[in-house]
Amino acid sequence: MAELKYDKKTGRLLFTKQMKKEYTILMPNMAPIHFKILRNVFTHYGYKSELLDTTGPEIAQTGLKYVHNDTCYPALLVIGQFIHALQSGKYDVHKTALMITQTGGGCRASNYIFLLRKALKKAGFEFVPVISLSFGMEHNSGFSLTIPLIRRFAAGLVYGDQLMLLSNQTKPYEINKGESMALVDEWSDKISQLLTEGKGYTLEEIDDNLRKITKSFSKIEVNKIPKVKVGIVGEIYVKYSKMANNGLEDFLAEQGCEVCVPGIMGFASFKIDNRLEDIKMFGGSSIKYKVCKMLFNYITKLESLMIDAAKEYGFVPPHEYAHTKELVKGVIGYGSKMGEGWLLTAEMLELAETGYENIVCTQPFGCLPNHINGKGAIRKIKEIMPNANIVTIDYDPGAPKVNQENRIKLMLAVGKEELEKKLAKQKDGEKEEDIKNKE
Amino acid sequence: MRLGLDIGSTTIKCVVLDDKNNLIYSTYERHFSQITEKIAEILGKVREEIPAVENAYVAMSGSAGMGVAQDCSIDFVQEVYATRIAANTFLPGTDVVIELGGEDAKILFLTNGLEVRMNGTCAGGTGAFIDQMATLLDEKLEDLDELAKQHEKTYTIASRCGVFAKSDIQPLLNEGARKSDIAESIFNAVVNQTVAGLAQGREIEGQVVYLGGPLTFMSELRNCFDRTLGTKGICPENSLYYVACGAALCAETTIDFDRVIKDVKNYRGSGNFAFNPPLFESEEEYKAFTERHKRAEVKQKELKGYKGKAYVGMDAGSTTVKGVVLNEDGELLYSKYVPSKGNPVEIIKSFLEEVYTINPEINVASSAVTGYGEEIIKNAFGVDYGIVETIAHFTAAKYFMPDVEFIIDIGGQDIKCFKIHNGAIDNIFLNEACSSGCGSFLQTFANALGYEIKEFAKLGLFAKRPVDLGSRCTVFMNSSVKQAQKDGATIEDISAGLSLSVVKNALYKVIRASSPEELGKKVVVQGGTFLNDAVLRAFEMEMGVEVVRPNIAGLMGAYGAALYAKNKSRGKVQSTLSDMSELKNFVHEIKVANCGLCNNNCRLTINTFGGGRKFIAGNRCERPITKRSTSNDLNIYQYKLKLLDSYKPVEGLRGKLGIPMGLNMFELYPFWYRFLTELKFEVFKSPYSSRALYQRGQQTIPSDTVCFPAKLMHGHVQTLIDQGAETIFYPCLSYNFDEHLGDNHYNCPVVAYYPEVIKNNMKDINKVHFVKEYFGIHRPKDFPQKAYEKLSQHFPDLTLNEVRIAAKKAYEEQAEYRKKVIEKGNEIIETAEKEGKKIFVLAGRPYHIDPEINHGIDKLISSFDVAIVSEDVVSPRVEKFTTHVLNQWTYHSRLYAAAKYVTTRKDMELVQLVSFGCGVDAITTDEVREILETNNKIYTQIKIDEITNLGAVKIRIRSLLAAIDND
Repeated sequence: MAELKYDKKTGRLLFTKQMKKEYTILMPNMAPIHFKILRNVFTHYGYKSELLDTTGPEIAQTGLKYVHNDTCYPALLVIGQFIHALQSGKYDVHKTALMITQTGGGCRASNYIFLLRKALKKAGFEFVPVISLSFGMEHNSGFSLTIPLIRRFAAGLVYGDQLMLLSNQTKPYEINKGESMALVDEWSDKISQLLTEGKGYTLEEIDDNLRKITKSFSKIEVNKIPKVKVGIVGEIYVKYSKMANNGLEDFLAEQGCEVCVPGIMGFASFKIDNRLEDIKMFGGSSIKYKVCKMLFNYITKLESLMIDAAKEYGFVPPHEYAHTKELVKGVIGYGSKMGEGWLLTAEMLELAETGYENIVCTQPFGCLPNHINGKGAIRKIKEIMPNANIVTIDYDPGAPKVNQENRIKLMLAVGKEELEKKLAKQKDGEKEEDIKNKE
Repeated sequence: MRLGLDIGSTTIKCVVLDDKNNLIYSTYERHFSQITEKIAEILGKVREEIPAVENAYVAMSGSAGMGVAQDCSIDFVQEVYATRIAANTFLPGTDVVIELGGEDAKILFLTNGLEVRMNGTCAGGTGAFIDQMATLLDEKLEDLDELAKQHEKTYTIASRCGVFAKSDIQPLLNEGARKSDIAESIFNAVVNQTVAGLAQGREIEGQVVYLGGPLTFMSELRNCFDRTLGTKGICPENSLYYVACGAALCAETTIDFDRVIKDVKNYRGSGNFAFNPPLFESEEEYKAFTERHKRAEVKQKELKGYKGKAYVGMDAGSTTVKGVVLNEDGELLYSKYVPSKGNPVEIIKSFLEEVYTINPEINVASSAVTGYGEEIIKNAFGVDYGIVETIAHFTAAKYFMPDVEFIIDIGGQDIKCFKIHNGAIDNIFLNEACSSGCGSFLQTFANALGYEIKEFAKLGLFAKRPVDLGSRCTVFMNSSVKQAQKDGATIEDISAGLSLSVVKNALYKVIRASSPEELGKKVVVQGGTFLNDAVLRAFEMEMGVEVVRPNIAGLMGAYGAALYAKNKSRGKVQSTLSDMSELKNFVHEIKVANCGLCNNNCRLTINTFGGGRKFIAGNRCERPITKRSTSNDLNIYQYKLKLLDSYKPVEGLRGKLGIPMGLNMFELYPFWYRFLTELKFEVFKSPYSSRALYQRGQQTIPSDTVCFPAKLMHGHVQTLIDQGAETIFYPCLSYNFDEHLGDNHYNCPVVAYYPEVIKNNMKDINKVHFVKEYFGIHRPKDFPQKAYEKLSQHFPDLTLNEVRIAAKKAYEEQAEYRKKVIEKGNEIIETAEKEGKKIFVLAGRPYHIDPEINHGIDKLISSFDVAIVSEDVVSPRVEKFTTHVLNQWTYHSRLYAAAKYVTTRKDMELVQLVSFGCGVDAITTDEVREILETNNKIYTQIKIDEITNLGAVKIRIRSLLAAIDND
């Protein structure tokens, strides 16, 4: 069995090469479509990994027990889920490691990994190593983010984003119920297979696959009756995780809406771009700038592939990062980079611009960056985009679902009214045209 | 014909409109949470009275109606939307609608861009809040309005959440403030809550309409709104029925009455709710449990005819007043436990009268009082000793378990717990404003459901599926309870669930324990709430230990006080406590005045009793009593304020430039002052915060959950604009100076980017030149060039050279400022060492020196003859070290370093100030605590918000001092 080794300076428990062979790595499942695909990248590199799909009130309860109750909701859930899994008896806890992302920004999220370690200690699992998925925040001999791994990872995100985008546009209108999601499953299996084999990650392959995927979705038979179009933005975990947002997407679907959730690639571009902006704004190493710029250009290239494919088959394409960024100019400075930063504001503007003017802005209760870029920016957004119809929803273990849904319903009632007005206008327009044509 | 139903959180409204939209039928009834039964009943009644209604279009609205509507297939209309439809139909020309309901507050802006707002999950109830406050004042709801009309002055009561307000009102009551003034203050709090929470920067102008129960029934509440908004709103006829009317107007389908009535009756919700195992599986189990607890008992003896020495102990708690009389063996001769109903003085008086009546010959040898009302009672009745609550409870607990390791007391308003280490109080946990109200919440809830508390609690003992309501504040619980009811939880399940929640709150929110081992095996529980067997059982189950609950659990404070009096008075024969004749001549008069002796301008309540005895409450320092100011020599907080005031504006070519004095400016002012003065601006700062300044900007705050120091910035910027600033300089700073104590040197997101919020939410900012550029003060080498690029966009005539010189001077000024602070700090420490005084590191962030933020806590601590330094004085005395959190914020690195340093000294203690809503402090507090506790130091945390209950702060500080003295 692998020996427990500790970092000499900080005393942190390390994930060793030996552990890589013996241990199963548990990962939180933030966005189901994406993470299912991403997991296979790790499989290809010889990591044994498992996504945690557990849900239910006991997860939050476990979190509340081991994490400071005023910590943000995503931390409570992610840590609660880990400890709940370790306590479940399902895993050999002496052969289990945990993986969590760490962005290193000025938000509390960079501290999740430390809170997790504190919680593990409290729960008597201090021998379970935690791997930081980050750019060089913590080093482990048994795990490293190499360039090839990053490329495959980025490919996984691209596929995930595209599948999410396409299915969101077909699902509400499909004639044969369930067809879109079946296609999502089919493609994620195919992509998973490719990534496990170490394939499907070059620009050419991605381009080819994206077109195939998009084409297959364009074949789904749809009935395009007008629906209220709703965008979801917010803190990244709450935005994507069903467990955190009380099944927001399903709720909106039940209410007869089409949903648009901006992809993770935009967030990735944003995080890399921040490093560039930082240097531009405050000064810094030109080598670092060049490296980040290369990475940034690569992501931009990937983004253009997604956009091209979507356009070719008549879908509303994903947001183009450069355009999104342009929209927020003069609203929030590019220096506001903690958490979702200015991107959150920009996404709301972009959604309003692309017809998804009804917006749910999700955030954990007391989310710090959201005070600035979410709630703090809405007044300005409405000034620029008077059609924007935004509701902010706080999520935490005590926030009752019924209150949240009630507030969303209010937003939808206004959205529905606007939609009807628009349709009536269109009809009038058509009538007038008819009359004109007859004349 | 159309029928609309409005299912609110406390009432059901039903209307019928004819084809011309005339209201031909309306009914308004409380449903006492029996929602479905009531709906069926009302529908039945309507049909009887208006048979034609069978063919009416029907729709339902209201927060409590959503699930029912869906399951019984009735059209549902969101209630705010319904209000809007109704207002547009019946009151065309309305600009703004303000509607308060049982639990919701809503504002609708109908003209100039439609906007609808309703309170978030945090803001808490409004109608329910007024209900709670009426209960607290022991007044009927109707009388509250009458009372308020007679007010003479208003007090500031926290306007964010009902629970906060409650803990503000209680001390006012205990200090003898008039009920009429409190009633008015409650209304004002509701107004502020609505305006600050919902307007979010949008002006409430034009024709305002008031709707909903509270605003319909309470004219004074409407007046309060009118005064605050500077308008005259109207409350239309049928103001209670707007939601119902709106629903009716939206109705598009007819229903089959028979089917719907049947469906509604059968509606049981999803039946799915999270639940816990039952408290007791069987009667036998319960019996064994009660037998076990009977063993912890104080014997009851006869007071009448008792001839020996007697000892009187009193506990003037927040919601209840307790008094006991003991004999020489510590046995109980007499006891009393009554709700305080606002005035502890009267209750104690009647308690003493009873004692003297039963035993006119009694020989009281000594007496002591504890609790919130300690000081007023001590002064009113000449009580021998006043002791801090923690000591009283510890004294009592020792009587039952000499080797007690952990004491937890859940009272009406608060939770107090402490660990005992080597026979001394080692660690104190008091609940923060957020989770308070535990015992009284159970009570209020019982009453709301139409039960007596005792009866209600008993219901839960054998509940099959106690609802899992989590460990959240009472406002959240309220909604969770409603949800559970809808999902089919029985009243028994809810009763048990509430008991479990009280326990979870105490354990996970207050103590933050994760295992019983942490608390120790020897636990004594006390406080009135633990007399409730369900709560006691829940506690034992959750902790997995068997605990001791004395039969006098509700009297422990008073009992401890009496024991204390007994122990202290060895040899003493006669107490100074008022005797029967003194009680006969007892008078109590209350006057309210503002102190006016310093900027705090405390609101004083002056109580005068017979015999020239006087008691002043509401003061933060001794000045109004002694007429002398407390010495500020050993208080770095006061020094810093003075130092910042020394940077005086110098006239400059580029005009008047204002800097808002808040958040990080409390530290960076010297830097920017010098920098911009050198660039020939006339630099001035906004004044230190005050209540009035806060209210100047209150309407423009977009996020009601952001920390109070950030909210204050709106008032500061507004003040600068009012003072004629041409330019306002408030830069964004992702990074702070790197002090090499941590892994990075960020500012928190709020400090870093709050200028963006100011820019996007304050209309008046367009009247001035607002500079909120991003600067990198952490890179002194790059700073001049980058700052030049930014500033020259605003001031094209600036030259790079000018900026270079100014920057150099700015860095020097900042270094000079830091040097002065540290030197003064060192001086304070040295003086304290010489004079043998205790030194407190009052640790927080730079802005915690703002008197409106710290509420004079520094002066309060000073008054205990303690020297005060701040975290940044001692943090440079420590080398960088490894923490168990990511140490990435400059201010927080100082906290960790200061904690580390404090552990090296016997004469230093650390008290951490934490702003409510500060997300990062969820991380720092645990780490600071860990650093201190692993080195056997006591951790003390004080949470501060808009309003702070200084009474609770006092308890903490006194307990801390008592614990150190015991060492």
